[in-house]
Amino acid sequence: MRFHMKQTSEPVIQVKNLVKDFGSVRAVDGISFETERGKITGLLGPNGAGKTTTIQMLLGIVTPTSGEITILGMSPATHREEILSAINFSSPYVNLPYNLKVRENLLTFARLYGVRDAAGKIDELADFFEIRELLPKLTSALSTGQLTRVNLTKALLNDPKLLLLDEPTASLDPDIADKTRSFLKRIEHERGVSILYTSHNMAEIEEICERVIFLNKGKITDEGSPDELIEKYGQKNLNEVFLTIARGQ
Amino acid sequence: MKLHRITAILIRHLYLYKRSFPRLMDIFYWPIMDLLVWGFFSAYLAGTNLDDFNVVSVLLGALIFWNLLSQSQKAVSVSFLEDVWEKNLLNIFVTPLRVSEFLIATSILAIIRIALIITVMGALAIFLYQFNIFQFGFYLIPFLINLLLFGSILGIFIMAILLRYGQQAQILAFGFIFLIQPVSAVFYPVSALPTALQYVAAFIPASYIFEGMRSVVATGSFSFSDLFLAFATNAVYLVLSVVFFYYMFARAKRRGSLLKLE
Repeated sequence: MRFHMKQTSEPVIQVKNLVKDFGSVRAVDGISFETERGKITGLLGPNGAGKTTTIQMLLGIVTPTSGEITILGMSPATHREEILSAINFSSPYVNLPYNLKVRENLLTFARLYGVRDAAGKIDELADFFEIRELLPKLTSALSTGQLTRVNLTKALLNDPKLLLLDEPTASLDPDIADKTRSFLKRIEHERGVSILYTSHNMAEIEEICERVIFLNKGKITDEGSPDELIEKYGQKNLNEVFLTIARGQ
Repeated sequence: MKLHRITAILIRHLYLYKRSFPRLMDIFYWPIMDLLVWGFFSAYLAGTNLDDFNVVSVLLGALIFWNLLSQSQKAVSVSFLEDVWEKNLLNIFVTPLRVSEFLIATSILAIIRIALIITVMGALAIFLYQFNIFQFGFYLIPFLINLLLFGSILGIFIMAILLRYGQQAQILAFGFIFLIQPVSAVFYPVSALPTALQYVAAFIPASYIFEGMRSVVATGSFSFSDLFLAFATNAVYLVLSVVFFYYMFARAKRRGSLLKLE
């Protein structure tokens, strides 16, 4: 496996005073944070905390009201194409066209990202995610777990330096969710990919994230490693920390 | 602008057409049904010898060109709807794909679609009615280009509306074209319209296109003034529709509504 990262100390994502208003509702309220290269960072919070809006602003499909975003040292306002060529995204709430075969979908996205030797890349990733037998199937025929792996395959086609994952294990059974987490850890270790990860499953965040950022009502309420936060709040696990923060105790 | 991104959007839709019988039906079914109904009607009228007027040529020519216009508009706006229906918009627009590349890809799709239709309808018209649309050759090409352009402009305009209203406005992708049909001089000249509607027709590129085409098909004469006016009005609407689309796209990003379209 290749390593694609330059090992520098520069953060992958830098966000300063980011604000997003939807009419009179402030969804994201002046948040600032950084994520480290080659690490998995969890973005946590209750429903409506602003996690998805933050990810959508990082992806450039929601325009911030104010604030600064820097990804891989570049501003999305001036380097949209360079940034989007170097990052990728996966969410169970966003579909691949279901009337296309899996291979056709992957070829389409490989072409969108300008992947050289797209067929070779797809085969390599299909082996990594154990989906080779799914390639000739229609996307609509896949199970939820298979779709998650295909989505992750799509998300790695361009050898991203940064992967934004919005609840990647939502609606997966425990076995497939565990396998998915294993895949993500392998991606991080073998490919040096930085990952920003949202989830409501605190056990999995505790398992795979080196650092977590807690959002509540659009603000960052705390951040640190799972162990640090558990110790700081005097709780047994991250789930209890989550409940303490979400309930404002 | 990158060719590989334009071809990516293009092949995504060609994969879809290849596999989807209903989508292929949508391309061919209505044009063929139109051709059969209007063709037999034209043949009947031709038998009545209406002042040596070449009914078959004029009606069938108009019918074929109308289908080309309507299909080029649908190719553009329905390709956008496909991504809305399949919840794939976010995947598409978080790639480096530019909006301009997306618009160009859908316009190329329109070219492919009308190339298929003119081939099938043209061949059927020869076979069933001995009417050869291809006999007019190069005279019709500038008008065909304008037809394709106007169809794409309408498609882009409808996509912009879809960005605002989402799926509740999807009927526009299938029905909006009929709003302009009465003032497009498809089957009759602009002079047949009431005076007020003649003024409206003056702002519709299709009216110049169909007048010009009718002139070629019925009399063999080429109207440079119709061609010029078709190009001029199309140029204005092209700029306006693209600006409108960019505005609505930026608005959707500001309001976070791109995902909510689905």
